[in-house]
Amino acid sequence: MAVLVYLESEDNKFKKTAYEALSYGKALADKMNVKVSGVVFNCTDSDSLKKYGADKIITINDTDFEEFSSKKYSHALSQVIKSENSSDVILSSSANSKFIGAHLSGIMDTSFVSNVIDLPESINPFVVKRTCFTNKAFSSTEMISDLRIIGVSSNSFGLIENMNNASLETFNVEKVESNQRILKIEKETGSVTIADADIVVSAGRGLKGPENWEMIETLADTLGAATACSKPVSDMGWRPHSEHVGQTGKPVSSNLYIAIGISGAIQHLAGINSSKVKVVINNDPEAPFFKAADYGVVGDAFEVVPALIEKLKAR
Amino acid sequence: MNILVCISNVPDTTSKINFVENDSKFDSNGVQYIINPNDEFGLTKAVWMKESNGANVTVLTVGDLSAETILRKCLAIGADKAIRIDCEASDAYSVAREIEAHCQTTSYDLIICGRESIDYNGGLVPGLLAGFLDYNFVTNCVSLEINDTKATCAREISGGTEVSECEIPLVIGSQKGLVEESDLIIPNMRGIMMARQKPLEVVAAKNINAKIIDKKFHKPEAKSEVKLVKPDELDKLIDLLENEAKVI
Repeated sequence: MAVLVYLESEDNKFKKTAYEALSYGKALADKMNVKVSGVVFNCTDSDSLKKYGADKIITINDTDFEEFSSKKYSHALSQVIKSENSSDVILSSSANSKFIGAHLSGIMDTSFVSNVIDLPESINPFVVKRTCFTNKAFSSTEMISDLRIIGVSSNSFGLIENMNNASLETFNVEKVESNQRILKIEKETGSVTIADADIVVSAGRGLKGPENWEMIETLADTLGAATACSKPVSDMGWRPHSEHVGQTGKPVSSNLYIAIGISGAIQHLAGINSSKVKVVINNDPEAPFFKAADYGVVGDAFEVVPALIEKLKAR
Repeated sequence: MNILVCISNVPDTTSKINFVENDSKFDSNGVQYIINPNDEFGLTKAVWMKESNGANVTVLTVGDLSAETILRKCLAIGADKAIRIDCEASDAYSVAREIEAHCQTTSYDLIICGRESIDYNGGLVPGLLAGFLDYNFVTNCVSLEINDTKATCAREISGGTEVSECEIPLVIGSQKGLVEESDLIIPNMRGIMMARQKPLEVVAAKNINAKIIDKKFHKPEAKSEVKLVKPDELDKLIDLLENEAKVI
């Protein structure tokens, strides 16, 4: 038995969620009294991993993996899993990691439990806690297979430093063919993405029109936050779909979620419920969002937001 | 072209979430079931492909008799045929194995599943199917074009979109963007009448063992009362976020 953590990287840097997955993997390995290894594709920054407790870092150096392919990555991981005799594979909850988690489970004939928020309640039987019903509830879920694939929900476990001088190994992958190829990647430059953000600033219909989003963007910039929006706002085309958070949009599990002019429909609350601290700014004291919030300001967004920006900048 | 759309029967988005039998089971009492929204975006896309290229659209669900209501709705929306694999859906693994067994008897060029269901949010069925069948796979799919045997898909990635091409057969995980909310088809009377004539086949299940079991459900703890700050005392809000919540 051993724990294997998939360490996702981009532009030769590990994602914060990779460090969180490794922190989780290390804690799980300690609980099970086994070793933890990390597996890396083409990233040379392995020194930064030592802080989070890996016993071994396995690097796959191959130009075949420069471009993301869920099939190629999953097959490569399946080879490492077999060679390492892993019992537990830890992934983050990023879009690509969830993509791999599902695909890898199919290839390995096992199951994948995503949205896991804590270490297993027990190892035998193996019971993990995960969110379900889009954050309206939790489930203690028993995993029955010999190989368990676990997706850790972002910001749920946190980063735990645990210095360990990991040994370094390289792994040669037996290639699989794929007729799938990437034609282009379009990324918004400069802005923080909702998935990676510690802080998310979100606005709704209370903003009255797309022309009023400048102050939302300024507030987000001031805080180093990502911008998001409610469903009606994306349905009306005021903001792109990629910003829609809620039950049928993106889930948010940031440390701080600031909702401006969003009433707080049950579907919206479901999507953002796993955020740690929620601040609501709304002129309607009866807005249901206040019941779900930690801090609230009852006031006109067009006055409160500019004043807040000014005070934050003066800090 | 043969398209299979896998449909999950889920509680309406406004449902109250409660549990029974010592918190081991979802309380479906009084709950209205709907087509999983992510599946419905995929179904709408499939119906469009039928209208433009004459594709054949089959919808499938793994579930008991109660799931037939939404299958009839899928037929009214425009699917040609419905299949219900007769068993109580337990986990994603067993559901995907049941669908795979059906795909071994009928071959499809395109299999559409919702990116994830809004009840258990696993997002696992499309990936499992792609892995079992060794088909190409694109999840979080926001656009799809198929010309001859070549598919061009876009998927949402962190902070943008990625466009890729591949050969069919293909499994996609559909979501909003593939079609818009306003594109969803509301069945008209003619559709509903026609749906009654369309085939709904019930297939015996393989009864595959689940790999995960929900042992116990918990509801989030009640939230403490919101702390209100006056609009002219925003310094206090900043202080609370900085020193009490420690998030900025």
